[in-house]
Amino acid sequence: MRDAMNRRQALALGTGAVVAATLSLRAGPACAARNNSEEAIKAFTRGKEPVRGKVKLELPEIAENGNTVPMTVSVDVPMTEESFVEEVMIVAEGNPNPGVISFHFTPSSVAEANTRIRLAETQNVVAIARMNDGSVFSDVRQVKVTIGGCGG
Amino acid sequence: MADVKPRIKLDKKDIAKGGVIEVKTLVSHTMESGQRKDKDGKTIPRKILNTFSCDLNGKTIFSANMEGAVSANPYFQFKIKPAESGTLTFTWTDDDGSKIQATEQIKVS
Amino acid sequence: MPSVPLRVALAAAVILASAVAPQAQDGAERPAWQGHGIKPQSPDSPFDQVVSGLYFRSKETQAMQADDFNNPGFLAVEQGEELWSKVDGAAGKSCASCHNEAATSMKGVAAAYPKWNEKLSKPVNLEQRIDLCRKGAMKAEPYAFGSPELTAMTTYLRNQSRGMPVAVKVDGPMTPWFERGKALYYQRNGQLDLACANCHEKNHGKYLRADFLSQGQSNGFPVYRLRDQRLVPLHERMEGCMQDVRATPFKPLSDEFLALETYVAWRGLGLPVETPAVRN
Repeated sequence: MRDAMNRRQALALGTGAVVAATLSLRAGPACAARNNSEEAIKAFTRGKEPVRGKVKLELPEIAENGNTVPMTVSVDVPMTEESFVEEVMIVAEGNPNPGVISFHFTPSSVAEANTRIRLAETQNVVAIARMNDGSVFSDVRQVKVTIGGCGG
Repeated sequence: MADVKPRIKLDKKDIAKGGVIEVKTLVSHTMESGQRKDKDGKTIPRKILNTFSCDLNGKTIFSANMEGAVSANPYFQFKIKPAESGTLTFTWTDDDGSKIQATEQIKVS
Repeated sequence: MPSVPLRVALAAAVILASAVAPQAQDGAERPAWQGHGIKPQSPDSPFDQVVSGLYFRSKETQAMQADDFNNPGFLAVEQGEELWSKVDGAAGKSCASCHNEAATSMKGVAAAYPKWNEKLSKPVNLEQRIDLCRKGAMKAEPYAFGSPELTAMTTYLRNQSRGMPVAVKVDGPMTPWFERGKALYYQRNGQLDLACANCHEKNHGKYLRADFLSQGQSNGFPVYRLRDQRLVPLHERMEGCMQDVRATPFKPLSDEFLALETYVAWRGLGLPVETPAVRN
């Protein structure tokens, strides 16, 4: 329990990062998802294609350690009884499982939350916001996760 | 960690109607992700806090569903616009069904 | 020594080559650690400026430490505070039974550790001092090294000196321990054949693979490590360094680590105690 990750696991993750990097060369600038994040997003949006914008995801460009990455998500809407963000889902495309966290908002909250998350390797993190009328918005950030060296 | 005392901080406890309170919460928990292996190579079973909720007088106004990708000692920072005075209840629910709970009184005038 | 295996020499060369690579990896913004230092208190200091590890970390990590509520290390401070007044052992005492309010009685105390102990005729560090009290006055079981209790108590006591300068004494009977610590600091170890000084004296402010090297100062310990997501005591961190150079680490609380802790504290004389610091 002492170490969150032993050397062998770190090496395994490192190899994963190389594989992901190779994949991303083929797929263009974005990293290819290595889990079923697309299905998770579809289930959340109820099949709708999310529109980029309104929701803003803030993450460091480079995480000092993938085990604790500060993250803020906010949605630019006035939260009223008539129009509000119901839920914001955070998905990590390069983790073993896509789900990270879902925030549920109400007209009595502000559409903004901050927490700390685990990212297994360099990857895209996606935020999808669903409004009370069912419309969906998204944002995406790539986070480089440094593995190797003494902090890794 | 049976007697976990969460840390809770409200930037204000007495606000005018329509005002916003910033809430910060921190609770001690290893958030065992279910992805790690022990020394013998056996997977350590998942044991995390899977939900967090902030209720005002029994009605949920902000909540979160967590997965194994939330870091140990979960931290939340969020803002609420409480419509009335009363009791804020913060509840974390563990995979084993146990709950960690704390309350704060607020005044809205 | 011509018999150094080529493999090891190459590995060390690769590590050092990447350590001195001038470019921050992938356009990363390199932390601006210069200008955050203090002037060394001793003319024998190897540094032009003595800089806390805080300034070698990213802005996000610094922000996490800057706010006591964001800083998860305070969970241990609070745990330590509870333990301080918890009665334990055959004598029916708590720490508070003898030392009253830690905020007064412990202010500045931890900044001077490790400290010479007359009775034992050797220095003791804070962890050892806590367990001496438990075994002695409290007649309680000592806490094991690395236990959440010992680390929390150490963190709580160090926190009572937060902001005060590291003030370890290395003269008098401490001299041989200081000298031993110094020798260990410059002694190459492990398959990679690296001494503490190779990274933390000669190459701080440069990247070693993905890691931005600090001066290896101890003023923030125990530190909340983002990697481990808990507080890590100094001797555990030193064990980690030795594993990283593929050496067999000394044991926590061994005389070797005690000597190193003394010497490393001297290298950071005057730096403010930051416990609980946040590090990667």
